[in-house]
Amino acid sequence: MTDVGRHPKITLHTMSEISDVKGYVGNFKVKILKRARYVEEKECTACGDCVKVCPVIRPDEFNMGLSSRRAIFSPFPQAVPSAYAININECLGHNPSVCAKCVEACDKKCINFHMSDEEIVEEVGTIIVATGLTPYDPTELDEYGYTRFQNVLTSLEFERLVNAGGPSKGKLIRPTDRKPPKSVGFIQCVGSRSLGKGKEYCSNTCCMNTIKSTLVLKEHFPDMEIKVFYIDIRAFGKGFEDLYMRSKRLGVQFIRGLPGNVEETAEKSMRVAVENTATGKLEFHDLDMLVLAIGMEPAKGTRKLQEMLGLQLTPDGFFLEAHPKLQPVDAATRGVFYAGCAESPKDIKESVTQASAAAARAIRLMHKGEILTEPITSEIDVNLCKSCGKCAEVCPYNAISVNKKEKIPAVVNTAACAGCGTCAAECAFDAIIMNHYTDDQITHQANSMLEEEPESKILVFACNWCSYAGADYAGVSRLQYPSNVRLIRTMCSGRIDEKFIWQAFKKRAPVVLVSGCHIGDCHYINANHWTEKRIAKVHKKMEKLGIRPDRLQLKWISAAEGILFSEFMKRMEELRKGVSVEEIDATVAILEKPEKEKK
Amino acid sequence: MEAVNLTTSPLSNEKAERIGVYVCRCGLNIAQTVDCGEVARMASALENVVVSKDIGYACSEPGQHEIVDDISENSLDRIVIASCSPRLHEPTFRQMLQRAGLNPYLLEMANLREQCSWVHMNEPDAATKKAFDLVKMSVSRVRLLWPLTPERLPLIKRTMVIGGGVAGIQAALDLADNDYEVALVEKSPSIGGIMATLDKTFPTMDCSI
Repeated sequence: MTDVGRHPKITLHTMSEISDVKGYVGNFKVKILKRARYVEEKECTACGDCVKVCPVIRPDEFNMGLSSRRAIFSPFPQAVPSAYAININECLGHNPSVCAKCVEACDKKCINFHMSDEEIVEEVGTIIVATGLTPYDPTELDEYGYTRFQNVLTSLEFERLVNAGGPSKGKLIRPTDRKPPKSVGFIQCVGSRSLGKGKEYCSNTCCMNTIKSTLVLKEHFPDMEIKVFYIDIRAFGKGFEDLYMRSKRLGVQFIRGLPGNVEETAEKSMRVAVENTATGKLEFHDLDMLVLAIGMEPAKGTRKLQEMLGLQLTPDGFFLEAHPKLQPVDAATRGVFYAGCAESPKDIKESVTQASAAAARAIRLMHKGEILTEPITSEIDVNLCKSCGKCAEVCPYNAISVNKKEKIPAVVNTAACAGCGTCAAECAFDAIIMNHYTDDQITHQANSMLEEEPESKILVFACNWCSYAGADYAGVSRLQYPSNVRLIRTMCSGRIDEKFIWQAFKKRAPVVLVSGCHIGDCHYINANHWTEKRIAKVHKKMEKLGIRPDRLQLKWISAAEGILFSEFMKRMEELRKGVSVEEIDATVAILEKPEKEKK
Repeated sequence: MEAVNLTTSPLSNEKAERIGVYVCRCGLNIAQTVDCGEVARMASALENVVVSKDIGYACSEPGQHEIVDDISENSLDRIVIASCSPRLHEPTFRQMLQRAGLNPYLLEMANLREQCSWVHMNEPDAATKKAFDLVKMSVSRVRLLWPLTPERLPLIKRTMVIGGGVAGIQAALDLADNDYEVALVEKSPSIGGIMATLDKTFPTMDCSI
């Protein structure tokens, strides 16, 4: 940690959060909101004189509220940076008539109440997301009595109690009587592997963390009675089984079964009722202290960051990697990488491994000092452009400029263009060529699919990042769905021109699905808003023309929603079965009528 | 910012396209459901298809070698690879085209594994029919593709690490020790994250800080 503080190549922004991200791989502009510390970071020597005079006492977050701190504080002795900070919401204020005692106490004069929050812009080529986790709050699991009974602790609170730097100086004591417990129980999978409250997934580290804690206890108190209540012990890593066996050898009892209920006895001990699934018997265990091995949840700001960076999440709420096996640290967004629990629950070793991998992936991308862009960008046909400005209006990247007044044709800034193709779909004059996804390329693909037995097939337009990936995920999961589904991949659902849809219906497509990323998750900022609007427009036109609107479906399917994809294909097949040859004949007749007759 | 030959005009239409189609068996991943030989045989009748064959593992070294040889021997100018998802191996095959002297964007992939053999495992006939359809769609698309050339842009050799827990710290140090500038952003007053609150850590049983 201190290496980070000292490293000449690292700029550390603490008390800071990302507020906006612009740009693309190689050239990101990241806005950071840096909250005021009210203590000069470089001047403060962490002497602690200010703390002695601060009259405000608050629970200490670092010690999980098991001790107290002042409104001016250092989070923990080894903090980096070591400078103190003031929680301005707790501070009584700098008006000398109110308080300002710390200002007087500080010899170095490094407390400055005139500091204000800053906005910093960092320009970077790559981004590593290492936002970590939120520990599960077991209060909702009423049966375990956390917060009702003081001697029921979370595993993180327990860590602080046995830590030499903790509130009890490493002396294990019960919160109620401050005496050392003679027996300690651990309950596993608290908030993990649960179909009810908590999460369904395994949090990966709690088994070994508990085993570690039992070893720590046995080292100090060889005679202590220790019981672990578990479903399975997952000791899968290198050296893990060894620790598990050592714990067993030292006399720790592993009881298979999660307690159904915990009650407090007159001595403030915990009476645990558990069905021992090894014996099938209901057992009661009295324990002086109970530790809940809490699981991990995604970090609080995950959703916000995901939207800012255009990333995807798994159904669990953790960040989704580009490929679970071959690109486990890359995000689908080029130039963004994951490290640690942001991607999934993991222990320290795995976090460190993934972090080094992420750093190597970032270096691999940056070391040449230049970047080759995807040439999948749009182009203007100046002969067809009417300078109407629609393309510039819909471009999520402001990559197109048009001078409407002087009727100067649109110009695309190819460096800023990300290639979603929304402009080409919206252009009423066919004046935009979307490279690699031209009108011709897409319609020919659809036409050749509809050449034979079109009535029996389901045409699906899927965006590369979400829905096409969702279909791949259905494949990887071997989820079976009707075999008459055919996908056409575009980079974004925003590319789906309404004429692709009309053309498909003309070619006797019974049903058409347009699918893309969920609103808010679009890989191209908000291009799928235009998809939504366009489909609504087509639906209205279909109604007016007398074509059943539900033959055109719009569905948001994410890269992680393989199940949804396969289920929705079954629904599409139901819809397709409801479209008769006569109905298709009628549609073709309507669509082939010359323009003016349609009205 | 200098644009390097952003070629976007269609190839001249004077010469007919010469398309190579490769239906990958992917061991048995595709072949146990889809009749790959049959798909390749049907595809050989499609317009402009000069070579059409099934192949054990298109992505493997011998697989790629065979395709590259075919490209030069038969003057192929566009390639359809019917195999796994383009999200997996499109970069592999684009590089292969480049090695063979073709523009990497004259490639189209038909997804016969994730979107066909694996999702229609109990319907081999229907899956084979679908596989051919997917190949046919790809052939009609590849015929219309244009060569494209990427643009070179300057890049900022600086990384932002969001989060100062154990993962963020490790990533920042690895980058910085390799002489890359790092901006490490942490929302709380100190780095360290959850790791710093732990007492001893497994498997080494030493302290966390």
